[in-house]
Amino acid sequence: MSAPAPALAKPLLHLQDLTKTYHTGEVEVKAVRGVTLEIQRGEFVAIMGASGSGKSTLMNMLGCLDQATGGAYLLDGDDVATLDRRQLAMLRNRKLGFVFQSFNLLARTTAIENVELPLLYTMPLTSAKERRRRAVEALERVGLANRLDYHPSRLSGGQQQRIAIARALVSQPELVLADEPTGNLDTRTSIDIMGLFQELNDSGITIVMVTHELDIATYCKRVIVMRDGKVISDNANAERRRATEALAALDDAEKEANVA
Amino acid sequence: MNMLTSLQNLLIQSWQTLFIALPALRRNLMRSLLTALGIIIGVASVIAMVAVGNGAQAGIQAQVSALGENLLTIFAGSSRSGGVNSGLGSASTITIADADAIGREVRDVVGVSPEVSTTAQAIANGRNWSTSIVGESPDYLKIRNWKLTDGSMFTDREVRSAARVAVIGSKTALELFGPLNPIGQSVRVKNIPFVIIGLLESKGSGMGGQNQDDRLIVPYTTVMKRLTGDRFLRSVNVQVAGSDRMEVAQQQITALLRQRHGLTAGHDDDFNIFNQKDIAETVTSITGIIKLLLGAIAGISLLVGGIGIMNIMLVSVTERTREIGLRMAVGAQPFAIKLQFLMEAVTLSLLGGLVGVLFGIGMARLVGVFANFKAVVDVSSILIAFAVSCAIGVFFGFYPARKAAALDPIDALRYE
Ligand SMILES: Nc1ncnc2c1ncn2[C@@H]1O[C@H](COP(=O)(O)OP(=O)(O)OP(=O)(O)O)[C@@H](O)[C@H]1O
Ligand SMILES: [Mg+2]
Repeated sequence: MSAPAPALAKPLLHLQDLTKTYHTGEVEVKAVRGVTLEIQRGEFVAIMGASGSGKSTLMNMLGCLDQATGGAYLLDGDDVATLDRRQLAMLRNRKLGFVFQSFNLLARTTAIENVELPLLYTMPLTSAKERRRRAVEALERVGLANRLDYHPSRLSGGQQQRIAIARALVSQPELVLADEPTGNLDTRTSIDIMGLFQELNDSGITIVMVTHELDIATYCKRVIVMRDGKVISDNANAERRRATEALAALDDAEKEANVA
Repeated sequence: MNMLTSLQNLLIQSWQTLFIALPALRRNLMRSLLTALGIIIGVASVIAMVAVGNGAQAGIQAQVSALGENLLTIFAGSSRSGGVNSGLGSASTITIADADAIGREVRDVVGVSPEVSTTAQAIANGRNWSTSIVGESPDYLKIRNWKLTDGSMFTDREVRSAARVAVIGSKTALELFGPLNPIGQSVRVKNIPFVIIGLLESKGSGMGGQNQDDRLIVPYTTVMKRLTGDRFLRSVNVQVAGSDRMEVAQQQITALLRQRHGLTAGHDDDFNIFNQKDIAETVTSITGIIKLLLGAIAGISLLVGGIGIMNIMLVSVTERTREIGLRMAVGAQPFAIKLQFLMEAVTLSLLGGLVGVLFGIGMARLVGVFANFKAVVDVSSILIAFAVSCAIGVFFGFYPARKAAALDPIDALRYE
């Protein structure tokens, strides 16, 4: 599964002329107007574009949270339009992980319980012991093994987002979808999170994320730009940065500033 | 096989869901308690009401059977004479000869006691007390299943001679003699001295609420000849050999009296026969209705409790729309969401049921302390209350749960 894809392997995501039209009262809003796209396993894609260009709408369709109005969306070869609510839920549970701009953690619920959440809904069921083991593992992976019993209200924004990422990882998805995951974080914490994403991507997980910041997009392998519901550019990122190096550079800069 | 595994899955899933539902309820502890309170009150009142109903029924039945075993009472006068009912026993139709004839000619009759009564001042020991003077035959105690704590009953000979002897009720004895032993003492009624020869066992208040322990029982002949001058009886108490003979005896007595009174086919009876079995049955059916009413009232409060649960569950679904959206996003199937909210509702109602049962038992006990009967909590009403509160949880939790499960994941996630 995580082996490098041979040329003929089917793409993880295949979008064919995908559209989404919202009907609100009399007005029709064409949020996505025909997107055709392929994303292979192991890619790390940034989607950029002005506000209102349809990025979130597209992400929601990719995440099977919302159904397209027209066109086709194949996830791992399966036509999503043919699945019912139950099957979509099962698909999200098995193959997808979500990271939201606003973290979306359950308040008054501990970090580990938040991370265990997707495992409550697996088919077949997962035992409590196994749930805990995997949640601890995921929290270790995001570097928060020492915060298992913390409630989100007692954690920083960056830590909350790490917990959300652990939750997205815990069911070992093939694809992690992140809509502005760094939108509520400062620069340093943002780079931190990007470092985490790069690590995950290196381990074989495909990542698609929306971002407004060009700076953040430079950590991705491929950058797609949207305007008015359409893809206007789609390029590989030749000068990909490593978050670890950026952080080291930031540290040095801070030290110099302190000395001066 | 397949069904078995899916059932097993459902059970495990329900068990897991319990650990989602319980913390959610605990997070809103006050609200959960208040919601459960509706069910607590409902279940408690069902249990207490049914217990009180049972207790009252048993108490009244005990009083009916305390009237005596296989008792027929023949009252003078028709219950529907010319549309005016002047009160049973007030008419003058039954004679001593009638009573004698019943004892002599009706086969299954094992005891007969003609009854007359009056109210008078009894004077003894320097005290004065107004009481009932009841004239009976020696059979009376046996017929009424009544015992003496001291002394003896008067005899047939004393009846024939209209002797001035009396058996005294425990209350009357207390009023007149205090702690003194009344046996052998003299009591004056209408200036006629009576010798007290027996003391009645205490029987408490009877069906009509009158105190049965406040009376003097004397030979019926004595009342008629020496006190009132009446020539007619108020009633005749008759004991029948067995409860299966009641019907036949009643028919035979009716025929005998109609013949003796010269009543032809067109005439109504000029007497009225009360069958103790009939009374018992009527009382049972009346108390049954009362029980049903009490139960229904309690049931309504249970219903109100259920509506309270539904209300809170609906609020909870709205409040937690984003949580529902998140759960759906990470893969919760609609059924899992439905199960979660259903579980919360059922937990609330079952917990309410449990506490309600305890409260109900306590309330029944308390009523038992203040009322003069024992409230009887039966196991079946506990089981039913449990089953009903569980059903209420499912029933009233179903709509909110279905509403939660029907939410669209993306709309729920975006909900503010
Ligand atoms: N639920 C909805 N109902 C109606 N219109 C909607 C809905 N969601 C989005 N839209 C419209 O669709 C268009 C695209 O919205 P979308 O949220 O996809 O933009 P975006 O690229 O994510 O913007 P931003 O960068 O601000 O998040 C907008 O014009 C928006 O008004
Ligand atoms: Mg957006």
